[in-house]
Order: sequence, then structure tokens, then C-alpha cells
Amino acid sequence: MRDSTLRTKSHNVNWFRYSSPVSFYPLASALAPWFAVPAALLAFAGLYIGFVLAPTDAQQGEAYRIIFVHVPAAWMSLLIYLAMAFWSALALGFNTRLSAMMAQALAPTGALMTFVALWTGALWGRPTWGTYWAWDARMTSELILLFLYLGVIALRQAIDDPRRADRACALLTLVGAINVPIIYFSVQWWNTLHQGASVSVTSAPRMATLMLSGMLVMALAAWCYSIAVALVRVRSIILERENNATESPQLRGMATRVAQ
Amino acid sequence: MKRLPAILPILATQGTARDFAAWAGIGWALQRDLGLALRSRMELAVHLSFYVIVVSLFPLAATPDRGLLAAMAPAVLWVAALLASLLSLPRLFAADLLDGTLEQIALSPYPLAALVSGKIAAHWLTTGLPIVLLAPLLALQYELDSEAITVLSAGLLLGTPILSLLGAIGAALTLGVRGAGSLVALLILPLYVPVLIFGAGAVDAMRVGLGAAANLSLLGAGLLIAIVGAPFAAAAAVRIALD
Amino acid sequence: MTDFLHMGGYGFYVWSAYGGAVLAVVAEIVAVKRRLRAARDATRGIDRSGVT
Repeated sequence: MRDSTLRTKSHNVNWFRYSSPVSFYPLASALAPWFAVPAALLAFAGLYIGFVLAPTDAQQGEAYRIIFVHVPAAWMSLLIYLAMAFWSALALGFNTRLSAMMAQALAPTGALMTFVALWTGALWGRPTWGTYWAWDARMTSELILLFLYLGVIALRQAIDDPRRADRACALLTLVGAINVPIIYFSVQWWNTLHQGASVSVTSAPRMATLMLSGMLVMALAAWCYSIAVALVRVRSIILERENNATESPQLRGMATRVAQ
Repeated sequence: MKRLPAILPILATQGTARDFAAWAGIGWALQRDLGLALRSRMELAVHLSFYVIVVSLFPLAATPDRGLLAAMAPAVLWVAALLASLLSLPRLFAADLLDGTLEQIALSPYPLAALVSGKIAAHWLTTGLPIVLLAPLLALQYELDSEAITVLSAGLLLGTPILSLLGAIGAALTLGVRGAGSLVALLILPLYVPVLIFGAGAVDAMRVGLGAAANLSLLGAGLLIAIVGAPFAAAAAVRIALD
Repeated sequence: MTDFLHMGGYGFYVWSAYGGAVLAVVAEIVAVKRRLRAARDATRGIDRSGVT
């Protein structure tokens, strides 16, 4: 158990003060708009670059413009899983509730990003390579990643005791994290063995600078969006789970006071 | 139920005696679980029958065309092994949880990972090994040639322990949870994918002419990693479930 | 404008892709906000279910 008055020598800042869910709640409320608004602005900018400024691709025509949502979603699906693994490691290592709550808050958004990546990938594949589903290494691994996310979410729902659910999901996330590279490697291996298949999935179109910048701006937008959503979701989780705690009056006051 | 030898826990806290206790723990758990399993031979027979039935279903769903059967044989025999492994996982911990033995095991001074290893070994001996022994016979149903059958069996021999080891983590995580059966499938099948790919891939690689050595080596490496890592993860999961 | 919608013949794919993504994002935002509202109401002891 961390002493809440622990202070670091150099800055006299008490970081562990925010490790209590009740203390973190107002911070989450304050931070969320600082990510939500940039997310919207960046998305608008990214889509403008992607649809107005970026040129037509020589090989794929206008269909390539799907990458402006497909690639950022795929990147985020991996990044969020890494973040989940990070919070899970903290939750198991330090036994802090808030770390587990952050992992809990990230899972649905990660699943959503994975779904979007798969959906847009399929629709990009059809005009480009002739098939909705190409069984290539990346898409297949993305599908398995979706199962990993769903597994964590399902395990959370299935276990009634929240603290047991915290630790079980944390362990599952870490086991999954170790396995993701192994799974990707094995699927890639399988793919090279069966290269005889009619579909040969080439890499993304050769990147004009504008295409690349459009992708990066959208990726940044997706990142800000994910953080904003996770912060709002963690607020719900804190309220749902800390309702029975003795700090209830404090929480009730904050739930009332802190404007949406 | 045979009790843990009383003298060992006293020694278990000291240095080298701890290693000794670990091995003793593995041996004790293995012996106990084997004994319990062999007493309920009917259940083991049922698991094996499931494997046979599933394997026999696929040709009925497709045409009994020789080429097609031989082509899909590795896939069918492997996927059925995965499913059979999933079905038998509850046996690992559920019964012990119900009668309170699991808590006693967790409280004993023996390293929990060692005791879990013993249980997993017993699980594999009673569910995985029979599949390894039966698969060549079933492969004859699919008109696989003897070289392919050898590679298939070698793959299953290396792979089925991995299934038990990884499965134990899933079984421990979902201990006593409602809907545990299907939930374990959702949790563990993604982790099984590399085993499936390398196991079935070994036969395909051999048929194409690339040789099965690479796939089988990767399976072997995976087995070593799983033997070293999975018992600790499963033990941690058991503690999470019991606390 | 019609060129924009037509997307060089790939309009169906591009707009289905973006449509699905937008739908998913909107659904998530709505769900998250609804969940927060429910949690805050529960904390304050307010019952909006409309059942008297």
C-alpha cells in the first residue's frame, strides 16, 4: 500500500496522490476536454489533407484514401493494447486499483479500433486486391487481436468480484501481450508457406509526402480520441466501483460539482 | 486422499531443500492427479471419444475424395486436438476447487508452480498423450501416407503438452466463473494459434518438400518456453482466483 | 461534388469504410457519455428510469 504522503525529493510533487481513484476523478474530468477538442480538430485537418490535398494514387486510384482511417486505427489497436499491458503490469506489481481501472477503461476502445481496422481493411482489400479477406499476416493477426480484446472484456464481465477481475484481466492482458509477437510471427510464417495463393498482398502505396502527413495527422487524432474516451470511461468506472467506499460523500460532491 | 509428506514442508524454507521441495511437489501432484484420473477412466474415455467423433465428422461433411481428405487431414486432426484439449481443461482445477483441496494446496509450503506443473503433467498424460497415440490410427481414415503420419505424430507429441500448459492458465483464470467453458475457449484459442500453425504446417511443409524440421523445432522451442513460463502464470492465476 | 462522392468508381468502398468508422466512433461516444451519466446519477441517488 502506498503512503499517500510520499513525496519525491527533487520536486516535492506527490505523484502518488493521484493513484487514489477518488483523487484522480477531478483530474480525469479536467483533462478529457484537452484531448477531445484536439482530436476533433486533428481529425478535420487529417481528413482535409487526405481528401482534398493528397493526390490520386497511380495504382489504386481513389480507393487508397481508406488508408487515412485504416492505418491509424490499426496503429491505435496495437498501441492501446500496449497501454493496457502497461497499466496491467502496474496493477499486478503495485496492487493499485486505479491502474486496473485504466486498463479496464482502455479495453473497449482498443476493441473498437481493431474492429475499424478490420472493417476498413476489408473494404480496402476488395477493390485493391480483389478480395475482402486476404488471409495475410497483418489482417489475420489483427483479427486475433480482436479476440484478445474481447476475451479481456468477457473475463471482466464474467467475474463478479471487482478486485479479482482486476487481477485476472491484468494477468490475461500480460499473457496476451507476450503472445502477440509470437502469434504475428507464426501467422507470417504460415503466410509465406502458402504464398501460392492467388492473392498477393502488396504493401501500401508508395507514399507521397502529403499521403504520409495525412496518415500521421489522423493517427494523432485517433490517439487523442482514445485518451479522451478512456478518461471519460474511467470516470464512470470510478463512480461505479467506488460508490460503496467510505469516500462516498466526497465522490457525490465531485459528481455534482464537476461540470460535464 | 494421500496427504503431503509432513516432513518436507519443514525443510522447504531452506535453500537447496526448496528445490527438493519443488521436485517433490511436482511428483506428489502428478501422482495424485494420475491416481484420481485413472479412477474415473470413463471420463477419459469420453474425452477420447469426442476426439474420434469430431475427426470422423469432417469427411461426412465433405466428400470422401482421397486427395481432399489427405489435404485436410492435418488441419482436422489438429483442430480436433485443440477442441478436445479445451473440453478437458475443467478437470484440472474445478474438482479440487469444489472440495477445498485447491485452497489447501495453495496454502502448503510447496511452491504452487511446482504443484500446478504436476497437475498439468497428469492432465497431459491422461488427455494429450492418448490423442498422440490415437491420431495415427485416425490418420489412416484420411489416407495419409506414413511419412506424413510420422510428422503429424511428432507435432502432436510436442504440441499437446503446450495445449495443456496454456490451457491451465485459462482454466485457472476462469475458476468458478459462470460460463467458464466457452469463456476459456475465447481466451485460450487465440493463444493456441501458433501451435496449430506450426503443428499442421509441419505436415504441409513436408508435403511441399520443404521439410518439417523448422516447424517442429519451433514447436519444440515453444514447448520449452511454455514449460518454463506457464506453470508460474497458472499458479498466479490460481492465487488470484482463490484470494 | 459528384466526383467527390464517386471517388473514381470506388465510392462504395471508400464511403462504406468511412461510414462504418464514423458509426463506430459515434456509437462509442454515445455509449460512454450515457454510461457516465448513469454512474453520476447513481452516485447522487437520482433515478431517471421514469418508474414511480
